[in-house]
Amino acid sequence: MTALTAARAPAEERRRVRRSRRYRRDLRWSPYAFVAPFFLFFTAFGLFPLLYTGWASLHRVELTDPTHMEWAGLHNYSRLWEDDFFWNALRNTFTIGVISTVPQLLMALGLAHLLNYRLRGSMFFRVAILTPYATSVAAATLVFVLLFGRDYGMVNWALGLAGFDGIDWQNGTWASQFAVSTIVIWRWTGYNALIYLAAMQAVPSDLYESAALDGASRWQQFRHVTVPSLRPTILFTVVVSTIGATQLFGEPLLFNGAAGATGGADHQYQTLGLYLYEQGWVNLHLGRASAIAWTMFLLLLLIAAVHWLIARRLRKSR
Amino acid sequence: MTATAPSRPASDPAAESAPRPAPPAGRGRGRAGRQLHGGRLTYAVLILFTAGSLFPLVWTAVAASRTNTRLAETPPPFWFGGNLARNLEIAWSDANMGTALLNTTVVAGTIAAGTVLFSTIAGFAFAKLRFRFKNALLLLTIGTMMVPPQLSVVPLYMTIAELRWTDQLQAVILPTLVSAFGVFFMRQYLLQALPSELVEAARMDGASSLRIIWHVVFPAARPAMAVLGMLTFVQAWNDFFWPVIALTQNGNPTVQVALTGLGRGYIPDQSVIMAGALLGTLPLLIAFVLFGKQIVGGIMQGAVKG
Repeated sequence: MTALTAARAPAEERRRVRRSRRYRRDLRWSPYAFVAPFFLFFTAFGLFPLLYTGWASLHRVELTDPTHMEWAGLHNYSRLWEDDFFWNALRNTFTIGVISTVPQLLMALGLAHLLNYRLRGSMFFRVAILTPYATSVAAATLVFVLLFGRDYGMVNWALGLAGFDGIDWQNGTWASQFAVSTIVIWRWTGYNALIYLAAMQAVPSDLYESAALDGASRWQQFRHVTVPSLRPTILFTVVVSTIGATQLFGEPLLFNGAAGATGGADHQYQTLGLYLYEQGWVNLHLGRASAIAWTMFLLLLLIAAVHWLIARRLRKSR
Repeated sequence: MTATAPSRPASDPAAESAPRPAPPAGRGRGRAGRQLHGGRLTYAVLILFTAGSLFPLVWTAVAASRTNTRLAETPPPFWFGGNLARNLEIAWSDANMGTALLNTTVVAGTIAAGTVLFSTIAGFAFAKLRFRFKNALLLLTIGTMMVPPQLSVVPLYMTIAELRWTDQLQAVILPTLVSAFGVFFMRQYLLQALPSELVEAARMDGASSLRIIWHVVFPAARPAMAVLGMLTFVQAWNDFFWPVIALTQNGNPTVQVALTGLGRGYIPDQSVIMAGALLGTLPLLIAFVLFGKQIVGGIMQGAVKG
């Protein structure tokens, strides 16, 4: 009996030591194990391609033989600088971005304000305005192409009823950019409205009560209570929409099926994303496509810096 | 007197940073926000917006049920015709729709599952565990949320060409299997939804980190996991840029790639194109009819917390 307990004691001791060592190892290393899958995939499919694109942009690379790279220095960038189509695409990205983002966010803000009232069937309205979000770029664009058709499209038909001439939505510069923006606005207004609504519901109601006591009208309450409280959320949606607008691709690609990547007969709605695709996958110049990609990246950094500065100044002014 | 309103200390200081925490449960939805009843004008405007949101979708179905010749007449059709079955059939066979729908389901499902799983464990580590370089790694994660997908497309394409993955589903699944947004989203949620004492208590009882993940983190994170899963699924289903490059229309397309083929005029029949668009949108629309309430709630919750 005594021999048995004597033998068991060191075994137990050893097990305890082993367990505590395992415990310490677990405590120390498991955090890395938990973030590892993310960073593994992220490095392989995010960080490495990002840096490699920068490297490729300094080379001559053709899609037909992508492993053959010829050093070109800043040649791709200097070519872009002199390239009219690049400046055209940059201008289009900017104008389409403005005419799609500004009305979209303003409408979303107004819509959220209305949805914040006590309503019958409020859930129905919320679901209904969100459904475009579930529609893909491809499906939405195809429908809008039909609606904006020159000869038989419903929009021109309605314009005709109202006594206006039909508009060539695919060939006019402003007309086509307006039509492309409509698709963006249609898909994203409801989504942004819900984000604003969520933020509005977190505004404490005593703020409204005291504003009402001070004699503020509904409009004044909206301007002086709702909008200031929503400022961080508004900034957030502005940043997200700006990023989205910079990357605009599917809508202009599909807006005229026959034109493909040129963005209309006169490149009138060719965006940067589309121009990148045209250079890389139609003209087969991967090096130049990479240079466009990095230029887009630098532009985004610039925009982010501007947003950040504005946000800081807004915060200080409060 | 209106000037007094904004000069008050408006709302809580937490509202300063973009992702704001949710209001404490005690304050409740009933008191927060404005509770005035909507007037007639409110309903009128909302009905107008609802009609604008739904009309293109309804009209997709109308156009898909007509013939191509009828679509090229004025006035355009406003009500359903009898050609739906025929158009669906053509779209189905000519655009590889059966394969495309199956592929998209597999792709979106895998991406959603992967993103939710990896984001939850990484988000937990960032929210509740201590380790070296934690802040630097988190900053890196957030910083890359702004990187546009266009930036990685060229080398990604080279990689899958090298691996001979063109037209294979892993080419679209693997690059989107994790998301920086997802990690950040789960971290924000777990920071406040998972009490640190709970994790400590489980440790005291001798639970390993894996057991803690399974028995403590997953149950606490479930609502946010559902939101993230939904958002990711919709996004992956509708993803366009990279699939168009990595897959071909006649090989092994996702729905979006197949639709591009229809739109580019291999089949000039507009009613068939609309039938294809309908097929590609229908699964998500059905989900919206069934789970619309939860989806809206999820997005609103995600908006406040994420």
